[in-house]
Formats: sequence, C-alpha cells, structure tokens
Amino acid sequence: MAELDIKDIIREENLVYKKSTLLTDNVMHYCPGCTHGVVHKLVAEVIEEMGIQEQTVGVSPVGCSVFAYNYIDIDWSEAAHGRAPAVATAIKRLMPDKYVFTYQGDGDLASIGAAEILHACNRGEDIVVIFINNAIYGMTGGQMAPTTLVGMPTATCPYGRDISLNGYPLKMTELVAQLPGTCFVTRQSAQSAAAVRKCKKAIRKAFENQNKKKGTSFIEVVATCNSGWKMNPVKANEWMEKHMFPFYPLGDLKDCEKSPAEEYNKYMEE
Amino acid sequence: MGELRLMKGNEVIAEAAIRAGADGYFGYPITPQSEIMETLMARKPWEETGMVVLQAESEVASINMVYGGAGCGKKVMTSSSSPGVSLMMEGVSYIAGAELPCLVVNIVRGGPGLGTIQPSQADYFQAVKGGGHGDYRLIVLAPNSVQEMNDHVALGFDLAFKYRNPAMILSDGVIGQMMEKVELSDFTPRLTEKEIIEKYGDWATTGKPRTRNQNVITSLELQSEIMEKRNQHLLKKYESMQQDVMYEEIMTEDAEYLFVAFGSSSRICQKAIEIAREKGIKVGLFRPITLYPFPTKQLKERGQKMKGILSVEMNAGQMIEDVKLAVECKVPVEWFGRFGGIIPSPQEIVDALEQKIIGG
Repeated sequence: MAELDIKDIIREENLVYKKSTLLTDNVMHYCPGCTHGVVHKLVAEVIEEMGIQEQTVGVSPVGCSVFAYNYIDIDWSEAAHGRAPAVATAIKRLMPDKYVFTYQGDGDLASIGAAEILHACNRGEDIVVIFINNAIYGMTGGQMAPTTLVGMPTATCPYGRDISLNGYPLKMTELVAQLPGTCFVTRQSAQSAAAVRKCKKAIRKAFENQNKKKGTSFIEVVATCNSGWKMNPVKANEWMEKHMFPFYPLGDLKDCEKSPAEEYNKYMEE
Repeated sequence: MGELRLMKGNEVIAEAAIRAGADGYFGYPITPQSEIMETLMARKPWEETGMVVLQAESEVASINMVYGGAGCGKKVMTSSSSPGVSLMMEGVSYIAGAELPCLVVNIVRGGPGLGTIQPSQADYFQAVKGGGHGDYRLIVLAPNSVQEMNDHVALGFDLAFKYRNPAMILSDGVIGQMMEKVELSDFTPRLTEKEIIEKYGDWATTGKPRTRNQNVITSLELQSEIMEKRNQHLLKKYESMQQDVMYEEIMTEDAEYLFVAFGSSSRICQKAIEIAREKGIKVGLFRPITLYPFPTKQLKERGQKMKGILSVEMNAGQMIEDVKLAVECKVPVEWFGRFGGIIPSPQEIVDALEQKIIGG
C-alpha cells in the first residue's frame, strides 16, 4: 500500500469546516470549557455568512466578555457596566442602516443594567441582544449573580443562595418577552453539537430581523462557568442540564412576524 | 447679521444645537433645564435636519447614549442639572478616557443632594476638577448671557472635536430661564456618513471594511505601562488646551481692586462695579469664560497688580482656589458668595469688597 501523504487529505474539496475569517488569531482569555468562545464563534460566522461585516457594530459589556473586540474583527464600542443597550440604542438610531448588537453577561444585563435592557426592549430598539447566562460573576471571581439558582453556592453566598437573604433568581428572558417592543425572544444553549446548531440558527434569525423594523431580538444562552462553578467542563455541562434547564427552559418564548406597533395595536383592540 | 430673537437661555441651547448641525440629543427631564428637550421635541429637528432626539430612561442612559453616538463620530449632546449631572459622571469619565467628543450642558441648581431648583454655581469643582473617577479634564465653558448660550454650543462642539474630549457648558438657572435678545447662528449642515468616514474614519465605529483595521471605542487597558502612556498623552492634551483660553476684562485698566466671577455672578459684578465706582472705588472685573482651561497666566498678570481680589461665586468658595493659585497668593484674595439658590445683590458684593478687601 502506497504511503498516504497528509497533503492528499488536506484539500479544498475535502474541507468540511473552517474558522470564520472574522475570528482573529488572538488567543482567547476564556477558561477551557467556557461557553463564550463558542458563542463568539457563532456570532462571527453569522456576520460573515450574511456578509454584513462592514455594516455591523458590536457593543461589548463589562465582565468576562469585555474583550470580545479582541476576537471578532468588526468595529466595537466597549460599554460601561450594564449600559450596552443604551450605547447600542444611540448607535442604531444615528446609523439606522447598521446591524447593531450587544453581547452581555448576567451581572451586566440582569443586575446593574436591568433598567437599560428593559427600556431598550420596551422602546423596541431595532437591535440584537445576546445574553450569556451562567448564573455567576465570572470575571470578578465567582460572586452571586441575579440569575444564580436557589441553593447554588458562590463566593458571596458560600452556603448557597438563600431566598430570605438574596431573593429569587431573575428570569430576564420571560420579563422581556412580555414587552411589546421585543419581536424575537428565545433561550438557547451551546453544550452539544445539536444545541450549537440551534443556537446559531437563533442568532442568524435575530440578525435577519434587524432593519425590518420589527423591534428587539433577545437571545439568552444558558451557559456554564466551570471555573466559577468549580467543576470540570464535562461536569459543568451535566450540572447545567440537570439544574439550569428546569429553571431556565430552552426554546422560543416569542417570535412575532409583526412589528411592535402592530402588536401593540392588536393588544389594545383585545 | 443673523436672525434676532427674544429667547430663554434653555430654548437657545436647543435651537443652537440644531443650527450647529448636531446629530443627536439624549436627555432626561430635570428642573431647571427641561425646556431644552421640550424645545427640541416641539421643533422636531428630525424632520428638518435628521437630528435624533430621544428621551432616555435616566441620566445614566443618556450619557451612555452620548458615548455610543460620539463613538460613531457623530455630533451628540445631553443636558441636565446638578443631581442628574452627578449621575452622568461615570459616563463622562468613560467618554474622556475613550477620547470622544461630545457636549454636556449643566444648568446648575443648588446642592448638595436634591438641594434646590434655584440657581447656583456649586458644581464648579465637579466640572473643572473631575467629578468622575480617574485623571481627566473637561473643556468647561461658562456663558454669562443668552447670546453666549447660543455661541457656546457651536464653540463647545468645535473644541470637543478639536481635542476629542467632552466639553461642558456650565450655566445655571439664571441664564437658563432668563429671556434676552439673541442673534442666532446660521445653519451648519450635519456631516454625511461619507464625510464622517473621511474625517473620523481612523477611530469612529462606522463599520469595518476589510481594508482597514477595526475601530474599538474603549477606555480599558490592563497593562500599566501602556495605561501610563495613555495618561501622559491625556495630560499633554489637557496642557495644550491653554491655547484656547477665553476670558473677558471689564474696567481693569485703571483698577486697584478686582472682582473675579464667571457666568451669572459676573453679570451682577458688572452692576457692582458701577455702584463701587460711584463711591470712588476703582474696581474692575476679570471673567474666565473657559473655566477649564483656566486663564491662569492672564489672571496672574492682571491680578498681581491689584491691591486685593474678591472672588464672587454662587457657592461656598470654589473658584477662589484657582484664583489664589493664579496670583500665587501675592495679593490678598477673599471670597464672597451666596448659595442655596440665593442670588447676591450688587450692593452686597460692594459691601463685601469694602469689608473683606479694602477695610480688611
């Protein structure tokens, strides 16, 4: 048998996958097993596949994904903690033909930025919001987030989240789905090949909604923070499926064909 | 000659913004400056020039909208009054750190806390020394008439873009609510997207073509060596602003005594000069128009020739520190002020000059 040369295998016609050209070669600072890397990849792929690199402006948050601009090769505005939806509002209104998205974690979006996200969604800002919910503050070292599950231990609730002390985990996605300004509200995950494919489809749909004046598209990605959770990546995925999914069930909460104004008029008639 | 109108200071800010070719205004209602947004909403500039006007959910959101808009190379602004401006300080620090141009209007009211809705100059320190966190400076303009409220809008934007730095108009309820004759500026067209890319394409988030590097608006730098260089660059920029110092002197040529006052206080000082001179007291006025950069050199030159200086402020004595630094304490400098929303009378100022400086 003739010896098989590697060059015979790596050929254009044999390619089944390649890295998005919008992903830079910078080494990601994320921990191994972190969900951010996967979602970054999906966002880059969607922007590249839609051919909208030149029309897209991203707004990064404060938190682990503060450096998102180091990995996706588009123009970015790095917002103050929680304020990404306000920053994105102005970018979109001043450049209405652009594709504008925010990428925020649970501390950023659901705690300090709760007012900004609710009002941006309520105004029906024509933006995409990508909300990574891993139920913990990753960057500052694993403190309690508004989305931390009851009983879940963190650095600031070392004996587990106690309802009498900390109140209840906040379901932001259910909250924004109530607002007439949102058109597409979905909860996804990215722990398996099938989940990644579904998540990408949702991100693509959200970006395609833009510039149709339909309102805000909101994608929650239930995610792991294996470092913060103090688990290995495999265990973290199992824990997420067992504990996070029952409280944060996956699927579309809202998918409107109509614009917020039309939806509102319908509501008023009812 | 431009169009003449009788207008309130606050209304003029709105009109001047439209005429200056502003791209966006983002604000939140607060007394005594709500007429700015009300005038804009009634004027509907989006139909005329395409200017975006949006009532935000808070001052925090307003200033972050300004951050987003300024990052796109757009001419954007906000306005508020003292408690609201305090809420904006985080965002202002980010804007200064990311070196973005914008205009913030503060129609100052008395504090601290919720304080009063009456006029005050108690936000001098906040405007001139910092307010937000970190080493940064604002370009601070202090109009003392409705005419200057008009002029300082375009000037504020020009300086903001010249230095890529936030500019602030520090006014108060006296000028904001007062009606005066004003010659409005002519219309400057808004920049097109193409013009913005030509002028600011090396930093603004206008969308990244394959042919250029990405533009990122950020103030974050975790490497101390690089951050220190960034601070040094900012420091140099702030020093270079000295070339744009503005001030006014009234009856200082033969003066033996000097009032130093800005904004509405300086208007009252003009009347105080008349009263004092009738009594034979040779007093003049030195009025800083730019509070930052402060006219230190110019005040030193004039001030050191005086027998004494009275810093007249509607606060508990803030600018007096810069006045003392300017004259290097070589002549007596005293402070006179009313605060809590009280406006001093010209006679009170003359009395203070006689008691604290001449008789002191």
